[in-house]
Amino acid sequence: MAANAHHEESFVSKYIFSHDHKMISKQFLITAIFMGIVAVMLSVFFRLQLGWPGQSFGILETFLGKWAPDGVLDRNAYLALVTIHGTIMVFFVLTGGLSGTFSNLLIPLQIGARDMASGFLNMLSYWMFLASSVIMISSLFVEGGAASGGWTVYPPLSALPQAMPGSGMGMTLWLVSMVLFVASSLLGGLNYIVTIINLRTKGMKMTRLPLTIWAFLVTAILGVLSFPVLVSAVVLLIMDRSMGTAFYLSDIHIAGEALDVTGGSPILYQHLFWFLGHPEVYIVLLPALGISSEIISTNSRKPIFGYRAMIGSILAIGFLSFIVWGHHMFVTGMNPFLGSVFVFTTLLIAIPSAVKAFNYITTLWKGNIRLTPAMLFSIGLVSTFVTGGLTGIVLADSALDVNVHDTYFVVAHFHIVMGLSAIFGMLAGVYHWFPKMFGKMLNTKLGFAHFWLTLICGYGTFFPMHFVGMAGAPRRYYEYSQFEFLDWVMDLQPIISTFAIIGALAQLVFLFNFFFSIFRGQVATANPWQANTLEWTTPVEHVHGNWPGALPEVHRWAYDYSNPNYEEDFVPQTVPLKAGEEDH
Amino acid sequence: MKLLILLVVVVGVVALAQLARVYELSAKLRKRREEDISHADNRLNASLFIVFMLAFYAATIYLYAAYGDYLPTSASEHGVGVDALMSVNIWIITAVFFLVNTLLFVFTAKYYYKKDRKAKFFPHDNRLEMIWTVIPSIVLAGIIIFGLRTWNDMTGEASDDAILIELYSKQFDWTARYAGANEEFGVSNFNLITSNNPLGIVTNEGINESLAELDAKIEELETTVNYERGVLVNKKKDFEKQLKHLHEHHAGHGHADEHAEEGHDEHHGHEGLTEEQLKSEIAKIEEMLKSDKVSVLSDVALEAKQDKLYRLKRHKQRVLDIENFDFSDEQSLSAWEAGKDDKIVKGEFHLPIGKEVEFVFRSRDVIHSAYMPHFRTQMNCVPGVPTRFKMTPTITTDSMRTIMDDPEFNYVLLCNKVCGSAHFNMQMKVIVESQEDYDNWLNEQKTFFVEEVKEEEVPAAPAAEGEPTASIN
Repeated sequence: MAANAHHEESFVSKYIFSHDHKMISKQFLITAIFMGIVAVMLSVFFRLQLGWPGQSFGILETFLGKWAPDGVLDRNAYLALVTIHGTIMVFFVLTGGLSGTFSNLLIPLQIGARDMASGFLNMLSYWMFLASSVIMISSLFVEGGAASGGWTVYPPLSALPQAMPGSGMGMTLWLVSMVLFVASSLLGGLNYIVTIINLRTKGMKMTRLPLTIWAFLVTAILGVLSFPVLVSAVVLLIMDRSMGTAFYLSDIHIAGEALDVTGGSPILYQHLFWFLGHPEVYIVLLPALGISSEIISTNSRKPIFGYRAMIGSILAIGFLSFIVWGHHMFVTGMNPFLGSVFVFTTLLIAIPSAVKAFNYITTLWKGNIRLTPAMLFSIGLVSTFVTGGLTGIVLADSALDVNVHDTYFVVAHFHIVMGLSAIFGMLAGVYHWFPKMFGKMLNTKLGFAHFWLTLICGYGTFFPMHFVGMAGAPRRYYEYSQFEFLDWVMDLQPIISTFAIIGALAQLVFLFNFFFSIFRGQVATANPWQANTLEWTTPVEHVHGNWPGALPEVHRWAYDYSNPNYEEDFVPQTVPLKAGEEDH
Repeated sequence: MKLLILLVVVVGVVALAQLARVYELSAKLRKRREEDISHADNRLNASLFIVFMLAFYAATIYLYAAYGDYLPTSASEHGVGVDALMSVNIWIITAVFFLVNTLLFVFTAKYYYKKDRKAKFFPHDNRLEMIWTVIPSIVLAGIIIFGLRTWNDMTGEASDDAILIELYSKQFDWTARYAGANEEFGVSNFNLITSNNPLGIVTNEGINESLAELDAKIEELETTVNYERGVLVNKKKDFEKQLKHLHEHHAGHGHADEHAEEGHDEHHGHEGLTEEQLKSEIAKIEEMLKSDKVSVLSDVALEAKQDKLYRLKRHKQRVLDIENFDFSDEQSLSAWEAGKDDKIVKGEFHLPIGKEVEFVFRSRDVIHSAYMPHFRTQMNCVPGVPTRFKMTPTITTDSMRTIMDDPEFNYVLLCNKVCGSAHFNMQMKVIVESQEDYDNWLNEQKTFFVEEVKEEEVPAAPAAEGEPTASIN
């Protein structure tokens, strides 16, 4: 595809069935923002119930109708909200939204390619993502309500419609949506891998790639290797539900009837699910870490500290993520020795993670830090990554997991380390590359307000949950008044809910800034952040093929910030090495 | 309320729009570009990081002080080890938490942008990186070793004289089973579950009861299906058609009706029924149609009932299969007998202090999780896959009431794996008491199928039943 192929296109081929990676990335972002709004609203609804159980809220009846009679959330609806909140956040916002947006935008731009290896597959990937999003949302409106067994949908609860109302039509739609979602992610992932390996411009050695691209590459590989296992889990579950098989079912007597099933094991599902489920955590987290590496280096005006160690730790985390899934299953009755092995492999992940955290901090040391909104969110990410990661050490220890498994301690852990970190990474990415995506600048002051509110409310919501969990409060409880021993720690619930609601409202600042700036924002310059990577050598107005002339040639790594050999504090990758100068 | 919320949202949006306009205008006036962060802004954000850090730390310390004693002292032996491990872990992660967050926020605040300064070009340092690879590795090795030692202690084999208790879960309650005098659980089978036999324990009585219940259900359903109006009317029509056909046949042969009587044997309908039989069938159906058992069902409902009937018959067949149990094998025979003295309790179960208990967990419908936070004990209950966990209670309920200064306090067993709408209230009381009180309590509990045992078995084999507590001690 040559640069002169740029020509006027119809509305439909430009905005809807586009093959252009920049447009597809915007489509992913807008869809993910919409899904994010839905998921946040769902969480506000159930946080109202958890903060002030049994109290009537007009807003619940307005939005949920018969699921909240007289403004009090129904028990089954509560479980449906929790389940769909989790599903949307993990898959649609933090997997589809985060990887879909930034892999699409940055891979061709940062490696110097005209577009993705296959523009058509890329488009197909988006449309499957959209279809699965629509199905997932529509499952909220069917008889019996949406899937309600938690985002992990463990059978037999999810396999038997007689077990709960949400295991009927809503569950079927959940499974169908998930199959489409995985197809979308596989098409996207294969495309990212092929593009990064084959379409790098002249001089772009693997060791000169920005860390964003390394993160996207490893993420895509994780996805391609693990998502098919989720599909097999889902397909077997569909068969158990609809075709009378018993892969996951055995010895079940429910609703007054002994079912004609023997020989299956519900634990099999958990093995298959978590074989995806754990790499999934890093599918969510690695792109955010890649984005923050880039942003922290650029805005500290310093090279990222330990570039090779950062690549090594991404690879190590990627590899280890495949052999730790059992730590989600310590209390399923698995062989204690097998448990010990998973304890060991899981705790190993703390080593590359520690390396990353310390490398970020050393990058900041003696830097010249520009506190842009993107930089603020990246620093927030490092903080949440460390704070949330540390409690992972407790959960990885099987002996300790026994007492905090499935309690609020776990909810606190993964919301901080995965939820907040990945969302911070995503928001940092939006603030940083908004000028590249839309040719406009986001308002900085609103960005500051957005960051501080989000950081305070994020920690305010999830940090106290550690204590609720350690006191023994299980997750996914509709209310806690049935257990006297938890009364004293329930004082925290209204505080948590208040932070959650303010945090949700704070996102309106971002939404306003985002949509207002697309139309009315300050027009961007070509390289607003004075960054080194190739995307900032493209014109502000998007062109097909990204560069109007020849593709740029790369002569150095992406992190020559404040290089003492140069006057300026940044040296773009396209600048040739001086005589006698060594590459990093 | 709704109006108020709407108003707040509208005002919020308008305020934001105005704010943005003001910034836009002021930026234009000062020719400020969004990417140029002013010195004032950098300084403000830098100090906000310090303020945030201090506030965050203050809140953390408050939470530790107010909620740090998350649970009362462990009431089980292994729990003491777990708590010790937890404290070590909490100390380590708290120290790292403060250290790393402080470095992060202080560096950010200290090195914010100044025009005349250039950042230090510091791309890597092998020695530094080695330090923060090796130190975490050593700390983690310690955590792993300590953790796995505790884990091995917890998960080892239970001792031979451990009390065997089964915790059986279903939506949404718990049942506990004690093995009884023979210290062995009777075999159970989910096909035998009835209201009197909630665990489906295999005994002759259990099988008979299950068969009786199934037969009753089958009969009831068969009646419903057979007396369905549409089905009856169709059957009747069919018979009438056959009758008509029979008559046409006669007419074709030219026989007079009177003479046809003795020749009927050769003039059957296509199902081989004679005219009389057909007539009587029709009469029977007409009689049935008058009965008050007649119901009207939609096609879907009828099909569902027929399906259910089919499933019930399959169920009955499975129960009959159990009946053909292999008695030749002595072990099977004793297992078959073992169920008779099992004790089943609901609502609360008791444990003697200082005695090891081995729990066996089972579930009848979906996955549940048996969580006893005061004993630092948890295990999933998985349908089809029995699981185990052993523990030794060390503090009686009474002592714990004194420790907690709460005369109402009780240990609980609660469900910790989402299992449906009443998941949040699936609990059972746990009472830890002296051996003596425990023995008394257990003696008062009814033996499974106790009536039948008294009527039939006691005269035959009084010695075999014996005194239930004798062998438990």
